[in-house]
Amino acid sequence: MWVAFKRIVKAGAVGFWRNTFVSLASIFVMTVALFVVGSIIMIDQLLGASLQQIESKVDINVYFAVNASEADMQALKTSLEGLPEVSEVNYTSREDALVAFRERHQGDELTIQALEELGDNPLGASLAVRARSTDQYENIARFLEEQRSGESPQSPVIDRINFVKNKDAIDKLASIIDVVERASVVAMIILIGAAIAITFNTIRLAIYTTREEIAVMRLVGASNTFIRGPFMLQGIMYGAIAGIAALIIMYPILFWIGPGTQTFFEFNIFGYFISNFAYVFLVIVGSGIVVGLISSALAVSRYLRV
Amino acid sequence: MIYFDKVCKWYNGGDSVALEDITFQVAPHEFVSIVGHSGAGKSTILKMLIAEDRPSEGSVFYESTDIHKIPRGQLPKFRRKIGTVFQDFKLLPHKTAFENIAFAMEANGRSDEEIMENVPQALALVDLEDKAFNFPHELSGGEKQRVAIARAIVNQPDIIIADEPTGNLDPIATYEVVQILKKINDLGTTVIMTTHNKGIIDELGRRVITMDSGRVVRDDESGKYVL
Repeated sequence: MWVAFKRIVKAGAVGFWRNTFVSLASIFVMTVALFVVGSIIMIDQLLGASLQQIESKVDINVYFAVNASEADMQALKTSLEGLPEVSEVNYTSREDALVAFRERHQGDELTIQALEELGDNPLGASLAVRARSTDQYENIARFLEEQRSGESPQSPVIDRINFVKNKDAIDKLASIIDVVERASVVAMIILIGAAIAITFNTIRLAIYTTREEIAVMRLVGASNTFIRGPFMLQGIMYGAIAGIAALIIMYPILFWIGPGTQTFFEFNIFGYFISNFAYVFLVIVGSGIVVGLISSALAVSRYLRV
Repeated sequence: MIYFDKVCKWYNGGDSVALEDITFQVAPHEFVSIVGHSGAGKSTILKMLIAEDRPSEGSVFYESTDIHKIPRGQLPKFRRKIGTVFQDFKLLPHKTAFENIAFAMEANGRSDEEIMENVPQALALVDLEDKAFNFPHELSGGEKQRVAIARAIVNQPDIIIADEPTGNLDPIATYEVVQILKKINDLGTTVIMTTHNKGIIDELGRRVITMDSGRVVRDDESGKYVL
């Protein structure tokens, strides 16, 4: 058993070296295919990051009336925090709002002047409410509407709730991202399918050139395992080398576009590549090995009949 | 030890007949030549022997085994009892002469020690010790055929089957190959050879089976080439 295994390994390695051209051609095609797979993983990460980023920008802002009492505001904050859908509530006091407003309009003489003229702080306090997931905003908004309708019209606590205004924009963005994600899944399936088909055909072609050898091996009395073994080992070697080559190609490309993705998506793809290298390595080299192994096993089987 | 029992072979549902009612037997240690024109059915008979082709009717026995009833998984084991030599040598192009011969032993599950011992012996028998590490494309036709013969005999098979072994060789190489086959036969291995070469047959003076259009037309104990 061990002797047979040793011979298969040796024959596979020797065959790999002596068929240099065929080996290089197969590795080249597989490298391109695995590079496509790797790019798809990266694009998927970018899409996911941008979706997350947009989702993180979604919140409900509750603006209190200028003369709402501190106790009422804190009571609403506490009851919001009690809701299971709510992950975070941030309170901005009237003073903080004014400071933020001044900062935002620094250098805008006219607005600052108008503010000075008012004398009093015209801004109300506010709450920024964040849900655990985007589809829960609807419930929170409903809860707030109920609160507001329960208030006495003479001294309202809640001035306005901005969710409805943001809602359309958020829905539109979410649906765009949804479409893009779905399209990327379809593209991924097609591209990965094409990569597998191309790899399979290349390896089959490589083995086709050795079909007479396979026939000779059979005539000499070699068992099917003994014939198939070296080819499967070569498939594994093609896959592993192509996987590593694809990663080597990806490195400088991601390094180059990393800062760009940082500004555009607020997600550094190169950073992701480095910090999740083990996972990316496993997926790309692993799928290379699996596809190489299966392709060669299937291709040899064609010539092992009779 | 080999027995063809009313073997027929036809293709295309009976339109083209390759073998018709072939019956003969081969005893151990015999040297049998099968002669005939191209398409007479010589190679088909050899293919039946190594189970590369199946008869449409009748059976082929090796000792008491019906060759075509051997399960597919057992075929490699059966084929190791038969050494084969072909007109086009069928060497593995990416292996050296030594490795080509060693491959047959590896496939047989022989140990490395046996390989290191037997391959040089086989190479010596065909007088090619100095070409052990040459690849097939570096060898002449006669040398390739001698490597193929060494590969065929290295597992000490019961039978050697040679399909037109001299078809691609010049007269001197032909003579050498036939001498080697004779030597193998003298050492106790049954040899079955197909050929076109009248000179070989007349010189051998062994059993000759003559075929024509898929039938055995003559079977002479120490025959001449008559067609």
